[in-house]
Amino acid sequence: MILILLCLAICTVAGIGAWLTRRSPKLTSALGQGGAVSGAALGMVGAISVMASGIPEGLRCSWSVPFGSCSIELDALSAFFLLPVFLLTGLAAVYGARYLSQPKYASRLGSHWLFFNLLSASMVVVIVARNAILFLMAWEIMALASFFLVTLEHERESVQRAGWIYLISTHLGTAVLFFFFILLGSKSGSLDFDSFQSAGEVIGPQATLLFILALIGFGTKAGIVPVHVWLPEAHPAAPSHISALMSGVMIKTGIYGIVRTLIWLDNPSVEWALTLIGIGGVSGVLGVLLALAQHDLKRLLAYHSVENIGIIFLGLGVGVLGQATGTPILTVLGYGGGLLHVLNHSIFKALLFLGAGNVLHGAHTLNLENTGGLLKRMPWTGTMFLVGAVAICGLPPLNGFVSEFMIYAGAFHAVQSLDAFAAIPSILAILALALIGGLAVACFTKAFGIIFLGQPRSQHASEAHESAAAMRWPMVVLAALCVLIGILAPLSPVMLRPVILQVAPLAALLVSDSMAQIQTTLAVIVGVMLLCALLAALLLWRRRTKLTGRARADAVTWDCGYAAPTARMQYTAASFAQPILRLVAGIVRLPKRFTQPKGYFPSAGSFSTETPDVVEREAWAPAFRIVERVLMRFRWIQTGSIHLYILYMAITLIVLLIWKLW
Amino acid sequence: MLNLPSLIPFLIALGTAPLLLGVIQRTKAITAGRQGQPILQPYFDLSKLLRKGAVYSRTTTWVFRAGPLLSLAGLGTALLMVPWGSVPATIAFSGDFVLVLYLLALGRFFTIAAALDTGSSFEGMGASREALFAALTEPIVFAVLITLVRLTGEMSLTNMYQQMSLILRSASGAALILLIVIMFVILLTENSRIPVDDPTTHLELTMIHEVMVLDHGGPDLAFILYGSALKLWIFSALLAGLILPVYTGNLLLDGLAFLSGMFGISVAVGVVESVMARLRLLLVPHMLIGTTAIAAVCIYLTLG
Repeated sequence: MILILLCLAICTVAGIGAWLTRRSPKLTSALGQGGAVSGAALGMVGAISVMASGIPEGLRCSWSVPFGSCSIELDALSAFFLLPVFLLTGLAAVYGARYLSQPKYASRLGSHWLFFNLLSASMVVVIVARNAILFLMAWEIMALASFFLVTLEHERESVQRAGWIYLISTHLGTAVLFFFFILLGSKSGSLDFDSFQSAGEVIGPQATLLFILALIGFGTKAGIVPVHVWLPEAHPAAPSHISALMSGVMIKTGIYGIVRTLIWLDNPSVEWALTLIGIGGVSGVLGVLLALAQHDLKRLLAYHSVENIGIIFLGLGVGVLGQATGTPILTVLGYGGGLLHVLNHSIFKALLFLGAGNVLHGAHTLNLENTGGLLKRMPWTGTMFLVGAVAICGLPPLNGFVSEFMIYAGAFHAVQSLDAFAAIPSILAILALALIGGLAVACFTKAFGIIFLGQPRSQHASEAHESAAAMRWPMVVLAALCVLIGILAPLSPVMLRPVILQVAPLAALLVSDSMAQIQTTLAVIVGVMLLCALLAALLLWRRRTKLTGRARADAVTWDCGYAAPTARMQYTAASFAQPILRLVAGIVRLPKRFTQPKGYFPSAGSFSTETPDVVEREAWAPAFRIVERVLMRFRWIQTGSIHLYILYMAITLIVLLIWKLW
Repeated sequence: MLNLPSLIPFLIALGTAPLLLGVIQRTKAITAGRQGQPILQPYFDLSKLLRKGAVYSRTTTWVFRAGPLLSLAGLGTALLMVPWGSVPATIAFSGDFVLVLYLLALGRFFTIAAALDTGSSFEGMGASREALFAALTEPIVFAVLITLVRLTGEMSLTNMYQQMSLILRSASGAALILLIVIMFVILLTENSRIPVDDPTTHLELTMIHEVMVLDHGGPDLAFILYGSALKLWIFSALLAGLILPVYTGNLLLDGLAFLSGMFGISVAVGVVESVMARLRLLLVPHMLIGTTAIAAVCIYLTLG
């Protein structure tokens, strides 16, 4: 606990220090980066020690805010969610310091590091807070700090728009959370989390309402469909390391909130599981479909966050199904898979976003159609991006497969053992996961293949250069973690055990039983994958020995007899995705603008496609228009005359006085 | 889990897989009234390719060279977990089918990446179509597995296929017939056979798998050819276990029944290729979505 407090103090002090020294870019950068890295390192030690010992540590002091108390606690669940926070804060700070060393950022370093450190500190407080007021305050600081980080390049119009959308959606989500906590607090009599814990039986029929409020409120931060619209706007606008931090860990605070809520509201039903799996499936499939349509790498990655949050929801849904039906193995596998995917997604998504940063830095573009052949010019970035791409597709032997396998295994156990009604959610989960898996492979072969393979499609791409070491090795660390978690898969249930026990109170014996079963399975999988690697190595060696001494030639790509292929003749990202998008044209509508060349001497012709968000265009935009129309009726209240406003205040005060005196 | 005698079916599968391709070719030839190539032609092709040198495009990177290796390694490993009908697979564990499918997906990832690495629009086209059809077949295969898990109550391929003869006698036997239809469609799609793709065309705009490997030659192409034979074996094996749910307990008899099923399927594939034309490319998704609907019916049958 003391380490966490120390981390908070260092982050805050370093952030303010960085802002005060903003005149000197070197000093402010050193302070900001140093604070974030040392704070993260200390915090990491604290979180790991609690994970290892399993003994929660708490601290409580009074606070003059009504209903507030400065109560924080570090238990297994909090410690688990803190791991990615500290990991990515540290790596993003190292990366960011180098990324922002271009002169155009010099005047903004002060505010950047202030908000960066505030964001890290607020995420930690959100996760350790044990009082609703404290939680909401930290939640709000987190939202605002990230807003200022997203709008770092605020002179660009697209960034302003993104900032607005983010600010509005995060506040709508927070408003729902206010209702949630007030309702929960009025039932339990206090806004301390401890009292929520014991409020389970008092809540009764309103539990479902609370569950829905939590889903909307926390889901907005997490980015589930249909409240995901801010993600694809905010991530491309933010600098890459901020995208990595936001997509990697900040959206996970939403998942944290939902898991906490599941602890408070005991006795979940099969319908809840169905809700979670339904949301997860829709988010996952729609997320990956919209990702396929994108031409901008960071927008593509942002939609993949929606997809992966969907996968996490599928896992949580299977866990809830286990609780509702009293099947421990489902609970263990579902929650275990879902939570492990939280950690995994943090790692590979941050890896990919940092890779996107390097592409932007090296090739000056994120538009897939202007890239190509970067693997030759940026071998490090390209290879690490490939690791991230394989991991996010959930392919063995990397970490994504471990968590997805656990979710699959849990769902298949449900299919095997539950009656028809209870099996339906798990069947949906499996089918959604399978469809997501297939589409994710399509999406990431497109992203990796178009950007890093083939020939450069633009001048910038052909002059691309590898990034500095400080922008490479954070990627190497993350890629190594992807491999490591994949290879050490049998240990992951051990790590998750205290967390699962906290989320779903099960008899320790039952958990150990299921755990042992999963561990054996995972160990066999690792063995099989080692065999696969061995086989690949054997084939490599065979090919090498076979080819020695034989004719080996380099040539142009065989284009069916055409000997002068150009880069412009390559398949593009849009054409790669077209067959799939055509199939789902009813859901993902992509408006096209096509001007045909006309006349006998045709001059100009043009073709362009847009990739708007279907939910934003078809649901939110009309909804907000209706709200606007209704609210316009009250426009007469706002006259702009200060006298009237004073009159309103006076009337309000008098009404309040009368009401109180009555 | 792992027992050494169970390596024998695996080794036989490694040796026999290219023969399936030979049988298909021969069937097509006989149906067309031709003499046809020797039934061992795929082996001759493989040994010829393995003796050749290599030509690599200057556009390509190490990803292009890794594609055939990883794809074949994935298929070879997956083969370890595929049972011979009721004869157990070398490795079996709870949920092994997920690993099998994801190993195939790993191979596919790198095959597609290798195709894109050449920078050729032909290969890009094939890659794009492969990605689409794979995304559509993945849920169908999982729907089949859901049905099988639900019917047999088992969580590994080996155990499932051992229970198959019991299902036949149960009330849910009807689902088995639908499963055979679905698995046959999946077999044709995954192995790029007619009506989805034509393995004998190399220079047409409608081709899929063949065009992706246009730039590979020599030992790399041998790996790819052998890999596609293994893939054909894997999907045929999953189908053969459904068609001939024999369980005598005698490994030899069961194995022979299985092998006759395997070659029967190859003949069937050959006949389909002889009597059908390839579907228009845009109609393939329709066929797959139709199959998904049948798979949904299958699941529904098991829920009762």
